[in-house]
Amino acid sequence: MRKSLGRLLGFAAGLTIALLLTFFAGENPLHIFMILVKSAFGSMYDLGLTLSYTTPLIFCGLSVAIGFHAGLFNIGAEGQLTMAAVTAAAVGVLFPQVPFPAAPVLAFCASLLVGGLWGFIPGWLRAYRGSHEVIITIMMNFIAAGLASWFALKVIPNPNSQNPETAMVGGNYLFKDYDLIARLFPDTPANASLGFAIVLAILMWIFLWKTTWGFQLRAVGSNPEAAHRGGISEKKTLMIAMALAGACAGCVALSEVLGSAGQYRVGFSPDYGFIGIAVALLANNNPLGVIAAAFLMGALHKGASDLDLETTTITRDFSRIIQALIILGVAAQAYWEHLRSRRRKH
Amino acid sequence: MEFFLVLSALLFATLRLATPLIFASMGGMMSERSGVVNVALESFMLVGAFVGAVAGYYAGHAWIGWIAALAAGLMIGALYALFVIELRADQIVTGMAFNLLVMGVIPFMTKILFNSTGSTPALPVENRFTFEPLLISLLLVAVLTLWLRKTRSGLWLLFAGEHPEALMASGVSVRKVRWAAVTLSGGFAAWGGASLSLFLASSCSPLMTGGRGFMALAALIFGKWKPLPAFAACLLFAFADAAQIRLQGVQVGGMEIPVQFVQILPYIVTIVALAGFIGASRPPKALGKEL
Repeated sequence: MRKSLGRLLGFAAGLTIALLLTFFAGENPLHIFMILVKSAFGSMYDLGLTLSYTTPLIFCGLSVAIGFHAGLFNIGAEGQLTMAAVTAAAVGVLFPQVPFPAAPVLAFCASLLVGGLWGFIPGWLRAYRGSHEVIITIMMNFIAAGLASWFALKVIPNPNSQNPETAMVGGNYLFKDYDLIARLFPDTPANASLGFAIVLAILMWIFLWKTTWGFQLRAVGSNPEAAHRGGISEKKTLMIAMALAGACAGCVALSEVLGSAGQYRVGFSPDYGFIGIAVALLANNNPLGVIAAAFLMGALHKGASDLDLETTTITRDFSRIIQALIILGVAAQAYWEHLRSRRRKH
Repeated sequence: MEFFLVLSALLFATLRLATPLIFASMGGMMSERSGVVNVALESFMLVGAFVGAVAGYYAGHAWIGWIAALAAGLMIGALYALFVIELRADQIVTGMAFNLLVMGVIPFMTKILFNSTGSTPALPVENRFTFEPLLISLLLVAVLTLWLRKTRSGLWLLFAGEHPEALMASGVSVRKVRWAAVTLSGGFAAWGGASLSLFLASSCSPLMTGGRGFMALAALIFGKWKPLPAFAACLLFAFADAAQIRLQGVQVGGMEIPVQFVQILPYIVTIVALAGFIGASRPPKALGKEL
């Protein structure tokens, strides 16, 4: 409890400093804050957009969190979700005749597989070649971006548009007709995958704290040596954890391609993978906390998107400053915990 | 004859493209040998590129931009040191947050200064460098190599990353050594960025580092955290980059190689290099460990 309070304080400190920065641009921080709030929650339409950012952030937050639990730093969620989204689009474009219930399932399974593979590779390299997963996943993000843009532009481009995006997937691949959340927020990309994301977070919580596999994963993360002596294969666990992380990030294909857009658009992700790091950090890697943290970050992102219109000097890039300062505010919490533990010793 | 022309052009392009990487990986070496993980190199470079271009533009002189980039780099390096050394924030998390922060701050500043979203005005040719950063980078490698081997302070740096306890026992403050090393790391990496905006290009554009901070880190790991091998790794990556530019639009058997395949070449080289060849590369023992 105390820990999450500290995190909230770090969040507030980061947000406050970011808002104070707007003085330099000649703006009133309070006014900017009101714009953020109004633009994130002001109407059903705004809320729908906020939720449509929340969903991929839950997936990415879970992806980073499961890596952390195994002692791994997954900076590759961005690449994993890119590969998964392209895969979903490719399946949908190349096999348009598959009938409805099977079609989205097929595309989703394919994207989970590819996202998982994109996570498995750095996991394998870490386990067997000792390569640091941070560097490898960052490189794989660049490779994924290149491959995805080649696929979207050269292999299955959209014939009706000049934008860098793939053709539309077959209509059988979309579950819009059965989507209650999409009906609740008309004209926004919010869709049923939000419900799936919440279920996934709960499943992840059960997996981590109620199953043997989850225990093994956390054991490797908290004390590899003890885990090894306890007969847990560290290599296997690292690979499984990274593959699961990749699959979690890969779920973004569900919310983006199958749930709303019906295609892969180059640059659709405003760095969901990196904001996922902030989400996991804010949630202290607790899957249920990820839901709340993703909602906060989603609201910030949506809120900042209106800064372009509402102010003359501040652009939507400002959301990056806010997010970064929040991460720093939360990361610096370690200092207060350190001080407290020292005081206890004396 | 034409073959030699192409070859020499490729070699020169390699050296030019290696310049930012060399500065950044030497910066990374300072920080990591002192025991502090540094994934914030990308942001240090961006700060250098931005401040270098802005100062160079207002002063109308590349050297002023160069010095301003150094000053700004030292400042952001010190800020990073504050977070990871004094406030004990997680080093990788802080590093990624710095990258995000700078990616947001630069468009914020250019909007105020130039009413643009991340780009600075172009510098005229006579206000840009022609070869100087390349020379300075080579000099830096030589100086750092000698410094690490021959001086007492060089040994302090190595001990801060390997045996901080031993350094403490001999009466030297590990904290101070790390502060100095991380601060200098910011300065060197910022020169890497400034060599992008003042030497390879004519202005600072959004995200102009394009992952070079991470490539520099990979070169450092590939080079076993030593200056000369890291320098060689920078040359290798720069060569992949130069070849990448050369190969764009080249036809092989009537088929054009997709430009994206060529662009990801350096990253694939990096992964293969890291996974395949470094073998017994061992990071400094105390890397990432708090005091």
